[in-house]
Amino acid sequence: MLETITSWLDQNEIFTTMTMLEYWQGLVNTVQLVFLSLVIGLVVAIPLAILRTNRHWWISGPVWCYTYLFRGTPLLIQLYIIYYGLAQIPGIQETFWWAIFREPFYPALLAFTLNTAAYTTEIFRGAIAATPQGEIEAAKAYGMSWFLRLRRIVLPSAARRAVQAYSNEVIFMLHASAIASVVTIVDLTGAARNIYSRFYAPFEAFIAVALIYMALTFLLVFAFRKLENHLLRHQRPAGN
Amino acid sequence: MKKLIVAAGCALAMMAGTLQAKEWDTIRIAFDVPYEPFEYRDEDGNLTGFEVELAEAMCDELKADCEFVIQAWDGMIPGLLARKFDAIMSSMSITEERAERVLFSEPYYNTPGGWFGREGFAVDVTDKSAMEGKTVGVQRGTTMDTYVTEELGGTVTIKRYTTADDMVLDLEGQRLDVVFVDYPVGEQTILTKEGFKEVGEPVKLGQGVGVAMRKRDQGLADMVNGALRKLKNDGTYDAIMQKYFEYDIKM
Repeated sequence: MLETITSWLDQNEIFTTMTMLEYWQGLVNTVQLVFLSLVIGLVVAIPLAILRTNRHWWISGPVWCYTYLFRGTPLLIQLYIIYYGLAQIPGIQETFWWAIFREPFYPALLAFTLNTAAYTTEIFRGAIAATPQGEIEAAKAYGMSWFLRLRRIVLPSAARRAVQAYSNEVIFMLHASAIASVVTIVDLTGAARNIYSRFYAPFEAFIAVALIYMALTFLLVFAFRKLENHLLRHQRPAGN
Repeated sequence: MKKLIVAAGCALAMMAGTLQAKEWDTIRIAFDVPYEPFEYRDEDGNLTGFEVELAEAMCDELKADCEFVIQAWDGMIPGLLARKFDAIMSSMSITEERAERVLFSEPYYNTPGGWFGREGFAVDVTDKSAMEGKTVGVQRGTTMDTYVTEELGGTVTIKRYTTADDMVLDLEGQRLDVVFVDYPVGEQTILTKEGFKEVGEPVKLGQGVGVAMRKRDQGLADMVNGALRKLKNDGTYDAIMQKYFEYDIKM
């Protein structure tokens, strides 16, 4: 089976077994990078969003600064600053940090995580701020503590309001990850650029990679549809 | 009347004939400046450089009157085909794609790829086992990229960059152990900085650079090839080369 695929591929001028393996490696790198940055970003963003809705300015202010900074600058610039900037710090090559930041993967992961966390914080802040006052008053009347209110009332209802906007952020992140290739990571786009320059075939190389991105996007859209159905099942008409 | 038409036809044919066997007493040659040290303007604004001097020597050899034209790189081949000039001597590498549209002379120079690293790098770049596990930077899609991929593919980690500047930054930042780059580029961007050195013999790659002419001007190409061959043999070429380069680019 594998042999037939290999021999069939090798008849093709551009999409040989070697090319396909390069795309596969690119897919693995893209998925790793995007998945990890989204998961870490989400975990960081939820507490930040709660702090951001705090009415004391000295608690919400720093978070506002952070989201303002990272939403106010292009991701490419953030990646350049983290990737090249870190290497320019005198003496960093002698510290244990260098083992991490020598590889392009971790600077890229850091930049992507900080960026997506900033956007996700603002998405959740909006959802939390839109919690109907009555729900909170009712929870207070039941004698729920701040933490219990947060866990039972505020966060679940905020998650329902945030899920559509967040699914957009996830798809944007997948597409934004294409810039990882500028710092020598061979992600999907990096693989396409290598294949393009090897065969001087821009159309074939980039159309193939566009199709892979589209397939990934369809998977994400499908997963979020399921999640929305789950979270918003109480809104479906009865008897359906 | 009929005779007149025949006579006119003959006259036209003769004119066309003389046009075909054109005497090349003036040749217009195009350069894209500045591209140091191949073609640039000196402090007085005069056009000079390795290729300019070589073109002058070639014209002396051909006893032709040469006119130098400045043309931006994007419009080089279109300008040639539109007869704005007759030849391009502006570091145009011979490739199959270009050879479909223009006629190349025999190559007249080829810059090698150079190995550059930080002071203290003491590994022989030709020794595969010593290079094991090292990280090598190249510019994506260059002949240097192809060379390293083919020669050291499984042995070293290859990082591909879009621009030479990014690559040099990573060499400075110690993400790369060594880079393999077009020698003049390395000489100007790496060797001019403190703490870097050349770490191996330059390697000649590719088909080299040739004079590009229109496909129909085979006669001119023959003359150019003859003149270049003479200059390469009588020492004129070497004298010009040594003015601009410390290494061998002759081909």
